[in-house]
Amino acid sequence: MSSAPLLDVRDLKTYFHTRDGVVRAVDGVSFNLEKGETLGIVGESGSGKSVTCYSLMRLIPEPPGKIEGGTAMFDGVDLLQLGRRDLRKIRGNRVGMIFQDPMTSLNPYLRISTQLIEPLKIHHGMDDKVALKKAIAGLEEVGIPDAANRVTSYPHEFSGGMRQRVMIAMALITEPDLLIADEPTTALDVTVQAQILDIIKERQERLGTAVILVTHDLGVVAGTCDKVNVMYAGRVMESGTADQVFYEARHPYTRSLQKTIPSMQVKGDKLYTIPGLPPDVSKPPSGCAFYPRCPYPKLKEAQGARPDLADLGAGHCVADCNFCDSSAPIESVLATADIPDVDLEQPA
Amino acid sequence: MTDHPEVAVVAAHPPHEQLATSTAIAEEELEQGSSLWRDAWIRLKKNRLATISLFIFLFVCVFCLIGPFFVPHDSQSQDLLLGATPPSADHWFGTDSLGRDLLVRTMEGGRISLLVGLVATTVSLLIGVIYGATAGYLGGRVDAAMMRFVDMLYALPFTIFVILLMVAFGRSLWLIFVAIGAVEWLSMARIVRAGVINLKKQEFVEAAVSLGFSHKRIILRHLIPNVLGPVIVIATLTVPAVMLLEAFLSFLGLGVQPPNASWGVLINEGQQNMEIFPWMLIFPAFFFALTLFCLNFLGDGLRDALDPKSAKD
Repeated sequence: MSSAPLLDVRDLKTYFHTRDGVVRAVDGVSFNLEKGETLGIVGESGSGKSVTCYSLMRLIPEPPGKIEGGTAMFDGVDLLQLGRRDLRKIRGNRVGMIFQDPMTSLNPYLRISTQLIEPLKIHHGMDDKVALKKAIAGLEEVGIPDAANRVTSYPHEFSGGMRQRVMIAMALITEPDLLIADEPTTALDVTVQAQILDIIKERQERLGTAVILVTHDLGVVAGTCDKVNVMYAGRVMESGTADQVFYEARHPYTRSLQKTIPSMQVKGDKLYTIPGLPPDVSKPPSGCAFYPRCPYPKLKEAQGARPDLADLGAGHCVADCNFCDSSAPIESVLATADIPDVDLEQPA
Repeated sequence: MTDHPEVAVVAAHPPHEQLATSTAIAEEELEQGSSLWRDAWIRLKKNRLATISLFIFLFVCVFCLIGPFFVPHDSQSQDLLLGATPPSADHWFGTDSLGRDLLVRTMEGGRISLLVGLVATTVSLLIGVIYGATAGYLGGRVDAAMMRFVDMLYALPFTIFVILLMVAFGRSLWLIFVAIGAVEWLSMARIVRAGVINLKKQEFVEAAVSLGFSHKRIILRHLIPNVLGPVIVIATLTVPAVMLLEAFLSFLGLGVQPPNASWGVLINEGQQNMEIFPWMLIFPAFFFALTLFCLNFLGDGLRDALDPKSAKD
């Protein structure tokens, strides 16, 4: 094998052409991922996290959506250029996906067994009996007790956490090289969340699967990811290893996000929220998209093109933030900054 | 009550044997083909009303199919001297105004009515479900084009359509099937399309795409089973509608021709003589109504049986 990464996404652009104009949901996102690595994508709602994943799987509804540009080299082939037939061979076979809502992501009319063996039959040409054994083993691996009995159940007989386990088992049953998990734990309660993440991690270590984990939860990212992309308004604001992004955060947006983590705040204080709302991506502001909400002292008017990512070395990249004085420590900024005391949408 | 086989087996074995047994059951299930229909059958058997309806319906079918061989009369030989007589030992259902035995005529009429009802409904079911599901699933321009075609057919007056068909291809029973099927699938297609559009937004369809399934597979295996409930109900409503359409066509002289008869034709004749010879209306109407009742109960039962969520025992 060459030294090329397993997945190399360059300048991905996905736009939605709506009646109100072009929504630039993903606007020039680049990242790469090695075998066995976990990449976390974090950001507020509407920052383009999910659209990035859907674009890689080519699940964007067309129209109105369209992948306008970029490449996504996956093991030597460009996912964005594949024909329908070749795409089907990759989906579910080499790239698996887990969805946000386990309650609706299983077909209510088919038995779990039928749904689990289907990908094996299609992609590996297994016969029913072999596939069924594998399905039962797969269920056991994700911690479903009494799997041999329960494999013939229907989805409604399972709880949300169990259904998400089944989804994981289904996405991993063909032993894909890449697993895309789009907020796999958002719809689940906290104890189940931890179990689900453990299962993903355990399977990943055993199979060497690369994982893209989309989440709102910075705690999850800190605990499970090797690399992190912080997205805002369809762009990557900061990327790097988890340590770099957490301990050496440069971008005001990353720092503000960190500031919103409840456990980082003084007990009894009002929870910090980033003032304002994410911008309307159909009319992106000129310059830095975060500028209007940035708590740092503004150095100059944000104008012209949106800042590009600048490499700080060791894989740590930050969108050029020369509009605000990000060298000031955030605590002092927040102490003096006039944070509006209103109920804004809680940034996740 | 029939016990679910799994329950019985699991109870009969000590826990350490359960694993092996249930694996065997799961395998057995795979060999039995589509679990959807097998489960539906198990659930249907528990629904007493539906089971009884099924038996009565089958009885009516057998009655019409082989009955005529056991009756010493012929449906077409007339006995003008005899004329219309009430039920007697010789003619159980009486005779009509031409002295023909009504029992045999009811049986033979049933053959045609049931055939038209079932074949035309099946045809409309197949076309409607596949067409509607495809349009709903593909969406966008394809959907718009496909549904405008349906609208066009809807706009075509049925009688003119049938007359045109008759003129072009001559008269035959098969043409009635085609004509009725060609009209009845339209509403089926609309209902299925609406159902599929709703389902399409659910994540399990996206999940199926992300697992690399083809469009065909997703439509046939994942979407259609989910809309079967309403489809079955519509189908049971379509059967009587089709039988009535056939009667209407026959009344116009486009359907079944004398001396042949269908239930619709017999009921129509009976209705004209209802005050003097009431048996001419009562017998065919009774069988017609009985069949429709059975199909409706059966349809309801099937709808419940096809929904795995209704299996709470």
